[in-house]
This record gives sequence, structure tokens and C-alpha cells, in this order.
Amino acid sequence: MRLTPDALIFWQYGFFKINATILFTWILMAILVLGAAFITRRLVTGHERSRWQDLLEIVVTAIMGQIEDVGLQNPRRYLAFLGTLFLFIAAAALSTVIPGFEPPTASLSTTVALAFCVLVAVPLFGISGRGLLAYLKTYVQPTPIMLPFNIISEVSRTLALAVRLFGNMMSGTMIIAILLSITPLVFPIVMTMLGLLTGMVQAYIFTILAAVYIAAATQNNNVIKPSSPAPQS
Amino acid sequence: MDALTWIAVVSIIMAGLTTGFGTMGPALAEGKAVSVALTSLAQQPDASATITRTLFVGLAMIESTAIYCFVVSMILLFANPFWNAAIAAAAQAAGK
Repeated sequence: MRLTPDALIFWQYGFFKINATILFTWILMAILVLGAAFITRRLVTGHERSRWQDLLEIVVTAIMGQIEDVGLQNPRRYLAFLGTLFLFIAAAALSTVIPGFEPPTASLSTTVALAFCVLVAVPLFGISGRGLLAYLKTYVQPTPIMLPFNIISEVSRTLALAVRLFGNMMSGTMIIAILLSITPLVFPIVMTMLGLLTGMVQAYIFTILAAVYIAAATQNNNVIKPSSPAPQS
Repeated sequence: MDALTWIAVVSIIMAGLTTGFGTMGPALAEGKAVSVALTSLAQQPDASATITRTLFVGLAMIESTAIYCFVVSMILLFANPFWNAAIAAAAQAAGK
């Protein structure tokens, strides 16, 4: 019983190996990049537009709306990073419909890499939004005794992001694999639908948590929206 | 019972108990969260977007502890380092 797609190695030469995770990540990247390049080749602003452009506009506008709801003032700055996170994880979840496709996010390597990107991006956005000293001051924010706890919370929420996504995707694929060997007729389809739902929810959760962490790092002290939570897990 | 059997028995029992007990707490907490969210949705239907989004984020947070227990169970069953080490030692002892 294979726990992650990392174990399925297609080609190996010494230290370098091409396993299923790398292969499917590159396939997803090719689909996303080439699809976006083709659709945005000719963007029009009139009424006669292609449906694909409409689709992309809906997706981009929805992501920008969510980023603004979280409390980030200028959503265009963060749209590239957060939008890419969402699209990659959502595409990985949706692609489980294709038989034989293992979502690369079902491997701990991919999810730790994505969580590490968030770990690096939060201080980057914080420093570029508030300045280095102001950002470092947030670590000693209520009192300097909180300094180790703030650092530990940074590390632990990165770990939580990675393990949450990994656990959800891995359990989805494993349940379907087990059910296919027990009752291969109807039940795997139901579990695939549940896996798709949880995959999309997890993509949304990952993106919104990254946005909330960035908002907590870049908020100016006089513009705090009372309706946006900043969960510390 | 030799060491190999002990490792297998304890791993299997603990894998079952981990997921069994580990999902009870999050299930109760998620039920409470959804019930409070439904109450507040009934009281203020026009804030439903914020409430729904916060509900989903909170549910994912609560769910993650259950996922941690599940991951530990999977490690105990399928990627157990003690079992692998014991199997390697037994193979080496048998091969000598």
C-alpha cells in the first residue's frame, strides 16, 4: 500500500530521480501555464469575449474579492502568490478525477514546499509593507516574553498547513484505493465526490490561511478590520 | 513473544486506538461550531458570507487535529520505522 506518490519512481540516475510527484507536478504546471497563456493571448474589453476569458475573469475576481475580505488593502499585490497557491492546489484536487493520476499534494514533500513558500512569503510581505524594524517589532508585540512563543507559532502554523493539506489529500486517495479493492462499483464514486469536495475546501483553506497570516503581518495599527479573524493554530 | 511480534501487536492496536479516540474530540467540537454558526446565521442572514467563510476556516482548523491522528495511524501501519528495522535485523539474522 503506497503512502505517497514519492514512492513510485519512474526513472533514476544516481541521485536524481523522477518520481510520480515530480511528474504530476510538472504536468499540472504545464496545463495551468499553457492554458493561461492561450486564453490570455488576446484579451478584449468589449462584449464579444470568449468563454474561457469569462471563466478566468470570474476566478480572478473571486480570488481578489476573498483577499479583500480578509483585510488586505491592495489585493493586486498579493494576487499572484495567493492566486497561484489556490489554482495549483485546486487543480491538483480536481485532477483526481482522471484515473491513474495521483495528486502531487498527496505527498508530504509538495505540501511542505507550499507551506515553506508561505513561511517565506509572510515576512517578505510584512517587511515590504511595514519596514524591517516595524515588522521585527511585531515579534515582541504584547511583551518581549512572547518572543519565543511568536517564533514557535510561526513554525507550528507552517507545519499545520503542510500536514493538514497532506492528510486530507492522502486520506482521500487512500480511501478510494482501498474501496476500489473492496466494493468497486458505486461506493468509490461517492468517495471520489467527497474527495473532490474536501480537496476544493482544502485549497480554499490553504489560501485563506496564507492570506490571514499575510494580513496579520502587514496590518497597519489603525486599519484593523474587526471582522477578520487571525487564528493561531 | 519475540520483539517482532510485540512491535506488530502494539502498532496495530495503537493505530486503531489513535484514530478511534483522536476523531472523537474534533467531531464534538465541529458539531458545536456548526450549531453556533447556524444560530448566528438565523439571527443575521445578511452576514452569511462572513459567517460561512469563518465557519469553514474554523472547521478546517478543528479537522486538522483529527488529520494529525490519522497521519500517525498511517505511519504506524504503513511506514513504521521500528517494524522496518526489526524486519531488517531478522532478515540479517536469518541470512547469516
